[in-house]
Amino acid sequence: MRIKEHPILKFDFSKKVQFYFEGQPMYGVEGEPIAAALHDNGVMVLRDSINLKRPRGFFCAIGHCSSCLMEVNGEPNIRVCIVPLEAGMRVNRQRGKGELR
Amino acid sequence: MIRESEMLVVGGGPAGMMAALQGLDNGIAVTLIDDGIEIGGQLIKQTHKFFGSEMEYAGTRGIELGKMLKEKLFNYDNFTYLGKTTATGYYEDGVVTAVREDKEYMKFRPRVLLIATGAAERPLAIPNCDLPGVYGAGAVQTLMNLYGVLPGKRALMIGAGNIGLIVAYQLLQAGTGVAAVVEAMPCIGGYLVHASKIRRSGVPILCSHTILDIQGSDRVERAKIVKVDDNWNPLPGTEKWLEVDLICVAVGLTPLTDLLWQAGCEMRYVSELGGEVPVRNREMQTSVPHIFVAGDAAGIEEASSAILEGGIAGLAMARYLGAPMTDSEYRENSAKYWNELENFRGGPIGRRILEGLKKVLEH
Amino acid sequence: MLKETGIISEEELNKILPDEERRKKGPFAVVECVEEIPCDPCTAACPFGAIPPFDNVNEVPSVDFDKCNGCGICIALCPGVAIFVVDETYTADKALLKLPYEFVPLPGKGEMVGCLDRSGGEICKGIVVRVQKHPSKTNIIWLEIPLDFSQKVRNIKLK
Repeated sequence: MRIKEHPILKFDFSKKVQFYFEGQPMYGVEGEPIAAALHDNGVMVLRDSINLKRPRGFFCAIGHCSSCLMEVNGEPNIRVCIVPLEAGMRVNRQRGKGELR
Repeated sequence: MIRESEMLVVGGGPAGMMAALQGLDNGIAVTLIDDGIEIGGQLIKQTHKFFGSEMEYAGTRGIELGKMLKEKLFNYDNFTYLGKTTATGYYEDGVVTAVREDKEYMKFRPRVLLIATGAAERPLAIPNCDLPGVYGAGAVQTLMNLYGVLPGKRALMIGAGNIGLIVAYQLLQAGTGVAAVVEAMPCIGGYLVHASKIRRSGVPILCSHTILDIQGSDRVERAKIVKVDDNWNPLPGTEKWLEVDLICVAVGLTPLTDLLWQAGCEMRYVSELGGEVPVRNREMQTSVPHIFVAGDAAGIEEASSAILEGGIAGLAMARYLGAPMTDSEYRENSAKYWNELENFRGGPIGRRILEGLKKVLEH
Repeated sequence: MLKETGIISEEELNKILPDEERRKKGPFAVVECVEEIPCDPCTAACPFGAIPPFDNVNEVPSVDFDKCNGCGICIALCPGVAIFVVDETYTADKALLKLPYEFVPLPGKGEMVGCLDRSGGEICKGIVVRVQKHPSKTNIIWLEIPLDFSQKVRNIKLK
């Protein structure tokens, strides 16, 4: 969900782009972190933990905690909290460690 | 290819930006690398007005301050900004490696290096603390204040330090309810004016309380809080479940010091400063002569002090590189920042910082 | 109490209020900032010099109530959102409260709103007399409230 009205800030959501999460089309704002676009679309589980397969989501937003590693355009281990969204991106939940291409 | 440069700044938060500005002002070419999407670090998410005095821009909102510093930097032709660039290592030959946009591998050999990498949120070690919906306070600010995404419907804030109190207020401003702020200590840790702001909006601040458990299938659905005694032991019968979909963690920060360790800078554990921090002199120079430090990487404090430390380090780095300034000019300008910093740290809250600094500041 | 709850106590409040005689003379600022913190913009905010300058940035502000005329310029300039102006001479049984407000939506002039005390509990109703927009986005709400609640109401709740 987006913030419609804010007492201090003004947001520009006009650069809307389509991307795909697990094959499903979704919309986000170009240039925002992929994680922000997913959160807006209600996607909170970003990957499974490697050993116990527990659901993992966003946590630090500064590219440090590795909780948000996902597969983007076929490439695993992308820190979606600091990688900007581009039109047509194919984003998938990462299972396990991911396979390097 | 190794990029030879005069001044390299790692980290584009308030400390890094201020240091870069000082270098540029003194005619030094500065390269700044930062791993974020936008320059500004945590500064550009701060919607509240800063405290302090005129010199550290009191009364200005962090977001405005971030914009102002950014504009100043980009006015200089000899400023090179590399965003979305993560510093990955420091090597014996003085080379800093980095990866840009997860694609390009880069090497830098600067004559002088500033480590202004900031800090990371401390995690919360309780059952199910890895569930989606348990977010660091800084991450919550990123979602709502930078990108306009509502982080949740109803939040529980863990920690009544300044970050916890400020972010609780910002959640209310964004339209997320705040069920409570819990704080394990018997007293509120942050400024009381921040506490009063959320309290009069109906948010209970529960001191001597902690979070015990989180439940939810694949995301946070509820949290169990409990009152604790003086030794932080939960008091039976005081448990309470709160229906929340967001748990915001603001239990402290740890300096990000990886590069300092790799560079062999002398480090010391100082609890008042948030963990292992580099030994430095009054120029913010570490035990490795061409490496300087500023901001939270040097010890957890406020954005206002990061700004002043950045100024001190940047000025000293410019002098280290032989920028044209007389000794008395240098001393006078550096003293302005130091006086302000000492003034800022002169109250009861700054006393703890000063105690910590005694352990790492060498004259 | 303030340190545990975020609510200023009666005792602490009495220390920052002017004396009875001054309260009967007209509006005055209530600076609810009783902790030593590094912050001093209020001292430069008052055009009448009613908040004297500090020797050290960590000092607790004081108000010279002979100089303060309750203009409210300081309200939006306090980074801590901690200054209120109260006029207990507004009418025979009503006080005028000017409070800082950083939320949306803003109330409209003439709107009846719930009046909240320092714990956020609704204690009475009030009428918005004026909404003063400030460029820094800390807007100021002028609120008519029952006189008895002049030192209790510190926030509003819209319907």
